[in-house]
Amino acid sequence: MPSNKSVSDAPITQFINCRILRDNELQREDLWVREGRILDPEKLFFDEQGYADKRVDCGGSIIAPGFIDVQINGGYGIDFSQASEDVSDGVSFVAKKILEHGVTSFCPTLVTSPPEVYHKVLPQVKVHDGGPHGAGVLGEVLQMLLLQTCLRKRSRCSGTRAPTAAENGVCFTSCKLPCAGFHLEGPFISAEKKGAHPEKYLRTFKSGGLEHLMEVYGSLDDVAIVTLAPELPGSQSVVRELSQRGITVSLGHSAADLSQAEEAVQQGASFITHLFNAMLPFHHRDPGIVGLLTSDRIPAGRVVYYGMIADGIHTNPAALRIAHRAHPSGLVLVTDAITAMGLPPGRHTLGQQVIEIQGLHAYVAGTKTLSGSIATMDMCVRHFKQVSGCSVQEALEAASLHPAQLLGISPKKGKLDYGSDADLVLLDEGLNVKATYISGEEVWRKGQ
Amino acid sequence: MRLVILDDYDLASEWAAKYIRNRIVQFKPSADRFFTLGLPTGSTPYGCYQKLIEYYRHGDISFKYVKTFNMDEYVGLPRAHPESYHSYMWNNFFKHIDIDPANAHILDGNAQNLEEECQAYEQKIAEAGGIELFVGGIGPDGHIAFNEPGSSLVSRTRVKTLAKDTIVANARFFGNDLSKVPTMALTVGVGTVMDAKEVMILITGAHKAFALYKAIEEGVNHMWTVSAFQQHPRTIFVCDEDATLELRVKTVKYFKAANLHIYLYMLSIRLALA
Repeated sequence: MPSNKSVSDAPITQFINCRILRDNELQREDLWVREGRILDPEKLFFDEQGYADKRVDCGGSIIAPGFIDVQINGGYGIDFSQASEDVSDGVSFVAKKILEHGVTSFCPTLVTSPPEVYHKVLPQVKVHDGGPHGAGVLGEVLQMLLLQTCLRKRSRCSGTRAPTAAENGVCFTSCKLPCAGFHLEGPFISAEKKGAHPEKYLRTFKSGGLEHLMEVYGSLDDVAIVTLAPELPGSQSVVRELSQRGITVSLGHSAADLSQAEEAVQQGASFITHLFNAMLPFHHRDPGIVGLLTSDRIPAGRVVYYGMIADGIHTNPAALRIAHRAHPSGLVLVTDAITAMGLPPGRHTLGQQVIEIQGLHAYVAGTKTLSGSIATMDMCVRHFKQVSGCSVQEALEAASLHPAQLLGISPKKGKLDYGSDADLVLLDEGLNVKATYISGEEVWRKGQ
Repeated sequence: MRLVILDDYDLASEWAAKYIRNRIVQFKPSADRFFTLGLPTGSTPYGCYQKLIEYYRHGDISFKYVKTFNMDEYVGLPRAHPESYHSYMWNNFFKHIDIDPANAHILDGNAQNLEEECQAYEQKIAEAGGIELFVGGIGPDGHIAFNEPGSSLVSRTRVKTLAKDTIVANARFFGNDLSKVPTMALTVGVGTVMDAKEVMILITGAHKAFALYKAIEEGVNHMWTVSAFQQHPRTIFVCDEDATLELRVKTVKYFKAANLHIYLYMLSIRLALA
């Protein structure tokens, strides 16, 4: 390999003729990758006297960090909330399909379900990095950062998991913990704001806080995000304990007022599930959860992120603009995609309910309640850019950098910094996906 | 010496780049016979580097068999610092061309032993067979590389303390904060550059005019170290009109006429051969 091998003799790929999203701008720079990570070419040149083995001509494409979808319920006929025997296969199937939309990491989302479903589904999927088999499933935040988490979990660790040929060989954590990164949306949500969630499985917090959660969910090892309603009594300690475990707490499906929401943020909540939807509408004397976007009671140094379903249906463009202008750096694009995403019109199952597709709309069968979106992530990025008038950089960051920051996995993910994972999406001027890479390997290309 | 005067900065950069290109192409470098090039940094040669990159992209030149030796580097500045000369050369030249990284030499201002680093550099130049063409600039105080006023005209590569003029001139790259500018540097000596087969000095801008006057119309003096090249058999000074503002009209007219004659002469040869 063209290098003095002082650091590594792994092959080096140089992406040329491209514009890369770095430091909040599109730069006309080449992108260098080695061993699944972005490489510093200047260090390569001077320290190792190395150069590229392989050059990939991007034909003027934009290279952005791979998109991260933190709220996706399924797709292509797969429903993550279904307690089937082969959940892992289902997750893998969707993981592979969403590569076409530029999504390289995601949090499979479970809507409100009975404990049996959680107990059955959660243990079946472990967090893993992406690869040619599909996008990566994100896991807990802390394991990446703190040894304490690893030590605490060592009793549950099933040992070293050797990467298989199908995976890219780069394990997610340094101690190779097998974990999954679910987004548990419910059941601790408000009956008033349940949206499409089944009422009979809603719950309130019992005393004992986290232990009760463990009874319901079975395990929290493999969970990245929990959405709950902070006005439920007993939520404060739950929010605090979940946050301390490194789980992102999100406020949603809630009738909380602003002070209840702020209290939750002070206890550690950092996300709002699909802003505007399933919460009290903004009121000028009590802005409710929406008021968090401009609240002055957010602890210093903390950012409240908010999910936005930018499919043109869940949020009126004017409302999207108001949120974006109020708090641009917190906007996280999510698809909230349901089983029917990618499928033709008709009836399909979501959790414990039946939904109906009509064009780009998905309703709870027999009602006009929106049940979720069937827009893809790249569609959301394009729509967001179009209606907000934001720059290309901002639109791309809302789908990559911000979700990574939310989950605390930046700059490993969500950025093209030296050392970041080389999860990439190549886009044309119109932000259509041309190719997707995970750890520097091409996993999808348009037209193939 | 040869004094080549172009109308403006862009034309001067282009002339210099073409000269370098032609020299390399005519040399026909190969794996057994590298072309050794000495290189400067700063705002003056920037246009020249841009042009060389353009010629490379156009396929007119390859740097595959070219070895480069930069003149200088700050002491104590991290190599990855955006103002280090390593960064300058990477961003403005090396990353755009096909030079083998092993052939791009720059002094290491963070070496454990600076003196050894300087001696090793002289050694590398000798091992490469000496410098074929050394391109340099001139400071407002008439220095070549970091050979500040008072430097020996037979000096070799060594550590130098920077003069106040130089620090002030460089402050603009460090947010105009004088305290952030490095105070020492490693530099090739005047003698080191004099050893090159040919020397080309780029001088553009009115702020360099006085230094150019001192360098070529006054005597050889260690206070204006570029003046040493009056005693080199092959030196070319490439400048723009503004840089000639302090020269005698007679000097400027002479060299403009001389260049015209050279140009016409070369043209006639080419036509005769055609």
